[in-house]
Amino acid sequence: MNKRLFGIAALFKTPDEIIRAAKKTVEAGYQKYDVHSPYPVHGIDRAMKLKPSKLGFITLVFGLTGSALALLLMYWTMSVDYPMIIGGKPFFALPAFIPVTFEVTVLLATLATVIGMITFFFRFPENDHPLHDTEYMKKVSRDHFGVVIEASDKHFDESKVREFLSSLHPISLEEIYYSEKETYPVLEPKFVTFLVVVALVTSGVTYFSLNKLLYMQPFTWMMEQPKLNPQQPSTLFADGFGMRTPVQGTVARGFIPYPYMGQNNPTEVLQNPFLPTKENLKLGEAKYLTFCSPCHGNFGDGDSRLRGQFPNPPSLHSSRAREFSDGMIYHIITNGQNIMPSYASQITREERWAIVNYIRVLQRAKNAKSSDLQVVNKETGNNASN
Amino acid sequence: MNIDYSQEAPAIAGRLSLAEIEELVARPLDTKPDRKYFIALSISGSLLLIGAVCLAFSFYYGIGLWGNNQPVGWAVPIVNFVFWVGIGHAGTLISAILFLLRQKWRTGIARFAEAMTIFAVMCAGIFPVIHTGRPWLAGYLLPYPNQHSLWVNFTSPLLWDVFAVSTYFTVSLVFWYIGLIPDFATLRDRTTSKIKKTIYSIFSLGWRHSSRHWQHYEKAYMLLAGFATPLVLSVHTIVSFDFAVSILPGWHTTIFPPYFVAGAIFSGFAMVVTVLVFVRKIFNLENIITMDHLEKMNKVILATGMMVGYAYGMEFFIAWYSGVQAEQFVFINRAFGPYAWAYWIMVSCNVIFPQLFWFRKFRRSIPVMMVIVILVNVGMWFERFVITVTSLHRDFLPSSWAYYTPTIFDMGILLGSFGLFFTLVILFTKSLPVVSISEVKAVAEGAQPTHHGGHHE
Repeated sequence: MNKRLFGIAALFKTPDEIIRAAKKTVEAGYQKYDVHSPYPVHGIDRAMKLKPSKLGFITLVFGLTGSALALLLMYWTMSVDYPMIIGGKPFFALPAFIPVTFEVTVLLATLATVIGMITFFFRFPENDHPLHDTEYMKKVSRDHFGVVIEASDKHFDESKVREFLSSLHPISLEEIYYSEKETYPVLEPKFVTFLVVVALVTSGVTYFSLNKLLYMQPFTWMMEQPKLNPQQPSTLFADGFGMRTPVQGTVARGFIPYPYMGQNNPTEVLQNPFLPTKENLKLGEAKYLTFCSPCHGNFGDGDSRLRGQFPNPPSLHSSRAREFSDGMIYHIITNGQNIMPSYASQITREERWAIVNYIRVLQRAKNAKSSDLQVVNKETGNNASN
Repeated sequence: MNIDYSQEAPAIAGRLSLAEIEELVARPLDTKPDRKYFIALSISGSLLLIGAVCLAFSFYYGIGLWGNNQPVGWAVPIVNFVFWVGIGHAGTLISAILFLLRQKWRTGIARFAEAMTIFAVMCAGIFPVIHTGRPWLAGYLLPYPNQHSLWVNFTSPLLWDVFAVSTYFTVSLVFWYIGLIPDFATLRDRTTSKIKKTIYSIFSLGWRHSSRHWQHYEKAYMLLAGFATPLVLSVHTIVSFDFAVSILPGWHTTIFPPYFVAGAIFSGFAMVVTVLVFVRKIFNLENIITMDHLEKMNKVILATGMMVGYAYGMEFFIAWYSGVQAEQFVFINRAFGPYAWAYWIMVSCNVIFPQLFWFRKFRRSIPVMMVIVILVNVGMWFERFVITVTSLHRDFLPSSWAYYTPTIFDMGILLGSFGLFFTLVILFTKSLPVVSISEVKAVAEGAQPTHHGGHHE
């Protein structure tokens, strides 16, 4: 059996001795050595002639990165991506950004320092180091101090090192060997099973919470509430309906009752209260195209888009229709006529009058006089017809 | 009695050897818990269960079960939040600020105080999240790119709170873990159980007490302490901004940040003393957590209590001096209005009773200490109650004035948070070393070289 030597360790009892031993080791020219103590011994880095730790640079770089990232994020979100005035502050409200900048700086600097130290400076985790599980490690972990001179040192010579360490009067010397066969704890069946179980449980729980749990009570986005939603039954009322009909004679806000409902006779008393202004006609056009054009056609020609699903209405440009008073057209929209239903519940009073105005525009455009053309040409500066 | 204050008392009493210190601290981890432990655990567990049941009801039926309603929309949940965050502050103060000030006496109590910080912040974090009513949507508090292309409001103190408390928790946890690494290694090397050894090995990361590592380790510890110090001050400052940045009389004051920080340290130390008195007795740590340490903490309680008392007085002075009617009304209403009982509980517990600590005899008497620190805990809870509720319950519109009373669910959740805190504390005492083994070893007698720095042969 050929054991590979890692190094030779010497144990000491007091901190004074270890300081002396560290100094002597440096003086003897050894480079690959280490001193172990259960707590940091004052002055050991000077005795070992260690250079000051460079850990602070990681802290500095990541701390500044944290500040910059936080400020950039806040600048971009609050001033560029979704600028919004809050409390009268400017979009880039630096004083209000200071708390978050500070917190992110501290967070990033701290995490980087610790992770950097553990992974980069210590090369941890390292549970398979030859020093682990030796008598030496058990002693320095408790109340002893020790020096290890490693076999990889270029001045290493087993008998010489042994002689040198003995000259320091240690309480014991120990040879430290690499473990005989390399073990890969990561590949152990137990560990692999553990990983598989963790993976299965994690994915199962994630699937359950995202796809099932969120649709259960009480996580259902307030879907179920003691209040009554429209169309729901209720045991509170004798008729079993949740919705109530208003008291007789109730008038809804903004609703003016139409007294001529069901009458065939157009009323000359209805006067168009709206002038055909540009805005009014725009509104009328929009409403006409939405509600009227499916049957009456975009220009009132009665060319339905419904392909026979509903009978085509007559043209709005017939002389009869052109002679209708504004009130009559309004009445037809409100009341309905023949198979045309009432649009009173879909189109407001103002919109109905606007549609009436727009129909007048369509009628005039389809039956334009030459004097109309002159007016148009005058307004647009077009003289094509002359 | 003549005491020589020119000589610093040793940090560790009883001239313990390094091995004895280790035995003392590690003993609770090596022995099976006894009956008393389970009794304590069952009591705290029951409290935790009460809280869990109340929370389950609150989520199922909605937070209408709580007493919060207009005009007191911020009530006991926020009171509890500020209370627990404050408790946490002592731990960081002891572990970071006293470290930077080179106070050796911190070594015995730092680990425990840091653990209490972490547990207290966990308790605190529950409250703002449950106050939203839909705690499973807490992710919305963080800025993340989403399909609504909405961002959090970075100019809001409530958002600063999210960052401050989460950073505080993370940094405290990391700081605590860094301190634990050498202890995990020590435990790994002394244990005989294979399972324990595996667990300790994983958490020790393979630490081998190397001086080359100690050098970086000490540097990192100092850097972390340097960060934790402004951090701890910033956290309660930002918590106070939740109130101070609003324009409500009674909240809108510039004294709030220092006042809150002093109050946090005050309540935190009181809680640390409350718990440590039991811990040192139960685990025979009287030599490591000495009477001198407790006395020093009581001095801090006295000092911060006076600061808090000064703030109480100054609030009244400014209310009068500002000449703002609404401000004056709020403060007179605080002291003599319907919540006068709460106000005077707060003043007597926080300002009057701690004055007993002027006497050395009381500072060093366990029973007196226990009574005072528990009163301080009560008083500090009421301080937050007074600040939150009395400023809200009589707002600018007298027709909406109301008298707020917490419901049984509010109180159940508060009990539950105590249950969580003490359950974690009790579990901690049996699963991790309650005192930092390596730090205490380092300040033991004869632990450092006689010729400091080793200049001589």
